Amino acid sequence: MAFVELHQVQKNFATATAVENFNLDVERGEFVSFLGPSGCGKTTTLRMIAGFEVPSSGTIRLNGADVTNLPPNKRNVGMVFQSYALFPNMTVAENIAFGMTVARKPKEEITKRVDEMLRLIHLPQLGNRYPYQLSGGQQQRVALARALAIQPQVLLLDEPLSALDAKIRVSLRQEIRAIQRTLGITTIYVTHDQEEAMSLSDRIVVMSNGRMEQVGTPFEIYNFPKTQFVASFVGTLNQLQARVSDAASGKLDVEGQTIYAAKPFEKMTGETVAIALRPEMIDLDGSGESEENHLQGTVEDTTFLGSIVRTRVRLRDSIISFDTFNNPNLTLPRASEKITMSFPRDAVLILEQNAAPVQA
Amino acid sequence: MNARAARNVSWFSWIVIVIGAIYFLAPLVGTFAYSLTALRDQLSFAAYQRAFADPKFVESFVYSNLLAVATIIASVLLIVPTTYWVHLYLPKLRPVVEAISLLPFVIPAITLVFGYIRVYSRPVDVLGIDLIPPLLSTSASTNIVLVAGYTVLSMPYMYRAVDNGLRAIDVRRLTEAAQSLGAGWGTILFRVILPNLRTALLSGALLTFAIVVGELTLATFLGIPAFGPYLQQLGQHKAYEPSALTIVSFLLTWVAMVLISFVTRGDTRSAAGTH
Repeated sequence: MAFVELHQVQKNFATATAVENFNLDVERGEFVSFLGPSGCGKTTTLRMIAGFEVPSSGTIRLNGADVTNLPPNKRNVGMVFQSYALFPNMTVAENIAFGMTVARKPKEEITKRVDEMLRLIHLPQLGNRYPYQLSGGQQQRVALARALAIQPQVLLLDEPLSALDAKIRVSLRQEIRAIQRTLGITTIYVTHDQEEAMSLSDRIVVMSNGRMEQVGTPFEIYNFPKTQFVASFVGTLNQLQARVSDAASGKLDVEGQTIYAAKPFEKMTGETVAIALRPEMIDLDGSGESEENHLQGTVEDTTFLGSIVRTRVRLRDSIISFDTFNNPNLTLPRASEKITMSFPRDAVLILEQNAAPVQA
Repeated sequence: MNARAARNVSWFSWIVIVIGAIYFLAPLVGTFAYSLTALRDQLSFAAYQRAFADPKFVESFVYSNLLAVATIIASVLLIVPTTYWVHLYLPKLRPVVEAISLLPFVIPAITLVFGYIRVYSRPVDVLGIDLIPPLLSTSASTNIVLVAGYTVLSMPYMYRAVDNGLRAIDVRRLTEAAQSLGAGWGTILFRVILPNLRTALLSGALLTFAIVVGELTLATFLGIPAFGPYLQQLGQHKAYEPSALTIVSFLLTWVAMVLISFVTRGDTRSAAGTH
């Protein structure tokens, strides 16, 4: 039995369905991220787990107990918000102690736990400060400590790094993951940042329009996107429309040029199919080893991105981009130059046209 | 802006400040000067001594102060939870509640008091069952009606103060954070929301205090020996004492304001901490 179970969860607001037919099992100690654009229902789902929203239908179980209609203060679920939500009238130590004082824990226990938490977030000297005296990153660490101090069953984080600048975001992200691993706490994390989700999670739930698009490990999500949405939202995959020339052999026609997929697929010959090509698997002809598939096009432009150089190539109607590792001796194709790109068969991913609810 | 233009703006600002100061201070200075002339051909505090010596002054002043404290408590108990709830769950109703809070500006106190007299002089019954006894039949229960009336009269000020205070903090997130930490409504209200409304509540309380202590209409028509009616009677019979007491009232208000700014100094953290 999973530690957190969401079964057929649905949330309707007055005019819209925010979450539809959501099924997910999260194992004890697992770190799962909900990833998707604004309005995809990820925060609503998290808020239903926290108890701030009541599902229109479906059930939510925590550690085997049905908590669907339980008020948030009875769930023992820790929550960290994007805006920190520290109590401005309390010091850092009082903020961390709040949940335990509410639970009427003995004073000695509270003091010990607060010290423990302050050490955990590497702010042992700041217990007497007020939130307004801390930086954004420090405030968010205190918010994390406050949520962890009550020893919650599940830790929920709602875009906790979105309000922070890029450098702090990366370091705090690593800190969150390290703390989660140390404590082994079951964690659900909401973000719209795919890099954040990739680097933190054991599994990612990609969401769009209130539905699950795909559930999988970061590796699976990145390398094997199932739908066009996942392909476009995660990474920088090239999406193209292709016509099936021969489904049995995986032969496809892309704007008049022939390529092959690695495996045969269940489509009728003549049908149109959405495919994705990973930019890091495309080489300039002759520069790589994989020459099973070739596409010819005209260079639109090249963009220097530091460690990589991105080249955009126009086929007939579509544009493909591919990345080359930067080195001082690199010879880049010029704009308007005709080039041939090559890539292996397994760089071609066949996508589902429409998102369908996926069972976790 | 060049130096000359800046100088002109600076002069203009000073002129506006001086005109404003004269407008506000001249009547006060005049009243104060007049209150010192109770004895012929000399300046003295005789009017103050005589006013303070009157047992009715102390009696009515203390009475009105107690009424003010009761009104502040009633206002806080009524307005804080209501405004908090509206902020949290019914934000669309905010304009409606705001409009209701402004009704005392539209409906004069005289209308309110005659409404009270009409309703509470006899038992309030529903379907022949007496729900509320005639509150105006005893002076003790009349005080309840008076405090209720004062709560209504002070509503625009208390509501606005509380509303502004709640706007300055992220009410929803703070509430949810407290809930996720196991807190119930009482704990949230008393340990999270109210402490963060300290400045707002003090401002609202001060305004309520000022309104109640000087209020005349409700107290007169309900026959309560409050400070407002006392001042009015005094004005009809004495010349200098009302001026002296007016100055005392002003001083008390200023003392209260200084106390508030002292208590709330450095309180900017309330807003800063939520960002």
